[in-house]
Amino acid sequence: MYPTKYHKAASIDDAVAALNAGEDAKLLAGGQTLIAAMKQHLAAPSDLIDVRAIDGMSGVSADGDTLVIGAATTHAEVAGNADVQRLCPALAALAGGIGDPAVRYAGTIGGSIANNDPSADYPAGLLALGATIVTNTREIAADDFFEGLFTTALEDGEIITSVRVNAPKRAAYIKFRQPASLFALVGVFVADGAGGVRVAVTGAGEDGVFRHAGLEEALSADWASSAADSVSVDSDGLLSDIHGSAAYRANLIKVLTKRAVEAS
Amino acid sequence: MKDGIGAPVKRKEDKRFTTGKGKYTDDIRNDNQAYAAFVRSPYAHARVKGIDTSAALAMEGVIDVLNGQQLTGDGIGNIICGWAITSKDGSPMNMGAWSALATEKVRYVGDAVAVVIAESQALARIAAEAVEVDYEELPVAANITAAMADGAPQIHDNAPGNQIYDWELGDEAATDAGLAEAAHVTTLNITNNRLSPNPMEPRSAVATYDDAEDHYTLYTTSQNPHVARLVLSAFYNVAPEHKLRVIAPDVGGGFGAKIYIYPEEITCLWASMKTNRSIKWTSDRSEAFLTDAHGRDHITTAKMGFDKDGKITGFKIDTLANIGAYMSLFSSSVPTYLYAPLMSGQYNIQNIHCNVRTYYTNTVPVDAYRGAGRPEATYLVERMMETAAREMGMDPAELRRRNFVQEFPHQTPVLMQYDSGDFPKILQMAQDAADIAGFEARKAEAAKRGKLRGLGYSTFIEACGLAPSKAAGSLGAGVGLWESAEVRVNPVGSIEILTGSHSHGQGHETTFAQIVADRFGLPVENVSIVHGDTDKVQFGMGTYGSRSGPVGMSAVVKAMDKVEAKVKKIAAHTLEASEDDIVIEGGEVKVSGTDKSMAWHEVGLAAYVAHNLPDDMEPGLKETAFFDPVNFSFPSGAFICEVEVDPDTGQTEIVNFTSADDFGTIINPMIVEGQVHGGVTQGIGQAMLEQVVYDEDGQLLNGSYMDYAMPRAADVPSYSISHHEDSPSPNNPLGVKGCGEAGAIGAPPAVINAITDAIGTNDLAMPATPQAVWNAIQAAK
Repeated sequence: MYPTKYHKAASIDDAVAALNAGEDAKLLAGGQTLIAAMKQHLAAPSDLIDVRAIDGMSGVSADGDTLVIGAATTHAEVAGNADVQRLCPALAALAGGIGDPAVRYAGTIGGSIANNDPSADYPAGLLALGATIVTNTREIAADDFFEGLFTTALEDGEIITSVRVNAPKRAAYIKFRQPASLFALVGVFVADGAGGVRVAVTGAGEDGVFRHAGLEEALSADWASSAADSVSVDSDGLLSDIHGSAAYRANLIKVLTKRAVEAS
Repeated sequence: MKDGIGAPVKRKEDKRFTTGKGKYTDDIRNDNQAYAAFVRSPYAHARVKGIDTSAALAMEGVIDVLNGQQLTGDGIGNIICGWAITSKDGSPMNMGAWSALATEKVRYVGDAVAVVIAESQALARIAAEAVEVDYEELPVAANITAAMADGAPQIHDNAPGNQIYDWELGDEAATDAGLAEAAHVTTLNITNNRLSPNPMEPRSAVATYDDAEDHYTLYTTSQNPHVARLVLSAFYNVAPEHKLRVIAPDVGGGFGAKIYIYPEEITCLWASMKTNRSIKWTSDRSEAFLTDAHGRDHITTAKMGFDKDGKITGFKIDTLANIGAYMSLFSSSVPTYLYAPLMSGQYNIQNIHCNVRTYYTNTVPVDAYRGAGRPEATYLVERMMETAAREMGMDPAELRRRNFVQEFPHQTPVLMQYDSGDFPKILQMAQDAADIAGFEARKAEAAKRGKLRGLGYSTFIEACGLAPSKAAGSLGAGVGLWESAEVRVNPVGSIEILTGSHSHGQGHETTFAQIVADRFGLPVENVSIVHGDTDKVQFGMGTYGSRSGPVGMSAVVKAMDKVEAKVKKIAAHTLEASEDDIVIEGGEVKVSGTDKSMAWHEVGLAAYVAHNLPDDMEPGLKETAFFDPVNFSFPSGAFICEVEVDPDTGQTEIVNFTSADDFGTIINPMIVEGQVHGGVTQGIGQAMLEQVVYDEDGQLLNGSYMDYAMPRAADVPSYSISHHEDSPSPNNPLGVKGCGEAGAIGAPPAVINAITDAIGTNDLAMPATPQAVWNAIQAAK
């Protein structure tokens, strides 16, 4: 690892100031991607600004049917939170299935979505649930937030503070694990909520997480696994690598959508 | 006897391993410690035109940057392959030069061109990135097909067409005739997937030159420290043997990858002399994927003929094997003498011919990996038997039974003389344990859940305990393959065993103590095992090829024979009895039929105080022996694998795995079961998960655990294991056969036979990942 300077931010203002002052400063939450990349010399930030101790960054609160999840809330906290389990059990299950226990007790929801790994679980969940990403400067709809591979709508100096989710009527997430990393080779989150039926797919898109219009249309008409049978899932625009061809991923999108509907 | 042969004694070494007290090479820290980091080629094939070290040398804390010209200039020799294979036209194999640090060319991604020595490991790695190497890229041959193509890039000048040898074993004309008269011929095209060994502890070296004594000490992750010293001294000219001590302390797994002497260890020794500092290098996991010798990587076409009754009439094999960019220590022997002689399997086959051509490619060297040649042979033979049974509409177990060897010793047409076994009985044991009769009902029940259930066999034989030195020498081996032991009885009666075998997870500190406890009736706590240090242990050939039991323990037994003879002489003299009447029992040395006896420790004391020994006897009680085996030992077994496939995703679950093994005499059944668990799990890894992938430019595409899938606990079932102990090996005093590799050898065909049974097509290559299984199902539709 190249030398770096660690800052423990006490407030958002403190973090923003340190972020602007550093030559190539990066925010640090759970560090489950960033620290590993630094150890491999794939990242060499001049400064690390740890946002976890900032007031209000961690924890879950519920207001009616709305969940507010602090950006620095770990996956284990989301998985084990009674309000998440009550209002959106599919999201609790998603968080409980990320990585392994060591990852879940360190990794955070804000860190995951800011990184926007094309195989990460949270982007599928938040996109399907129509979540709102709250930052220190504005609120961003999930539809506008996830822009592409490791790319988001976040601007320089912008820090995610929380994520807001409205409880869906029904939802489920099913992922098929890549055999080595156990990340999602394909993951499908189906949700039927205030914003209608949404089907979000992770692990498969060349541009990262995406919604599948054909599956959404079919499930809007009939929330049944058989409704997906007639939908054709095109392999154009899907990832192809040593773990799965585009055609295999297209097959999985359909199979997992059906299974998610059955599980919802 | 409580702690003797056959007792499931808990492993003595596990207290330190499970409490963090093990001492591994990377735990060694010397006062003048400095750290090495290697500058490695990012290209698979390139000419090295220049190395600019100025930026690295300017960094504070960088001690030196050394290169290959300096290394060869100091007389450090090229790395050699220790087994000479002769092509069928009589020509010697084409071994290309391999310098520990590349001089003119790099030949695989990861090939080392320079080494940075610095005050910390982190600094050494940062400085290594600052070394600028001027490369001229050359065309690449990253696999066998590319290496043997017309106009392929020439990797070594002395290997035209990149071929190293074209070798054969067996009678081709007789085999062709056997195939011609067959009622049915099965043909298979088989790829044996390339694997990365991935021991838990990565390779490491701490080399220290003492300029006052002109002496070197090397701590290293080795399975055979004496062989390392021999080669470092005799071929690499580091230092004469008496000026070089090699210590392999606790070693966290080897699987073959730690047999060889790699560029890094040689470079650290030389760099220690150059800088007069102790040099430490520890591989990280990325470096391990790039530079540890890989295993397997064969492409084979084979034909097997059968008469109308299903008896085999001939077996003809044509194999292409990838050796990588350089010839590693045992690389030439793995696809030849560790492969073709296993082609008879458990079967009585009169006609076998095996042709093997090996090629250089721009990939890391390929060498022995758990099983070494025998998994490749077994996969071929057992896929062949299952596929032929399906083609002929026969029960695959019945086809095997019709061809089993029934009498021992049995001479095959491919060198081997099988020692003992009972193949029909072992197959029956496995079938009973696997409830074959209930399979159809289980399959029907699975179908109701939308799952495809399949069952596959593997009845395998392997050869352990290599090897008779004279025979090995006649086949090209550069060393003898005996083992040595010293048994030291101390004046207080406790015993130290010094063995040339090396434990890197096998549990020798327990099992070697058990055979001593058993022989002399002593508690296992009174016996300690010393290994892994060339200054302590007289000599040794190390541990690989499941040889510690058949060869290493046999040397201990021979030394114990000598100790026993002396003990009896001392007791007979002291107790005024005839030597013939002395018996050793329960820690006592007695005169048979009388109440006269000495405690074991009294004999030890008598030997050392030497106040009352027979007139012609030397004081002391320690004996050395060398054991050179008269033959291999031949463990065998029957595996039955049962799977369920999800046809929508190709996901395969192993629902049952049954193993019935013949390991001869079992010293510690708990440790043997552990070896079967580990071996079968590694075999399942090869069958379903693992494959090293290089792209056509020779870039490694899956050089981390994010992309290279190793088996996890969730990937394997709870195994059913049983042992047949009624056919001990007649070729060593304990009757042991070796158990370290059987699982990895026998499991892959059982798994693939089961999956292909489930999905109804034979066209499935390893690894049977979900995608591969799904593709096979689609292709068969």
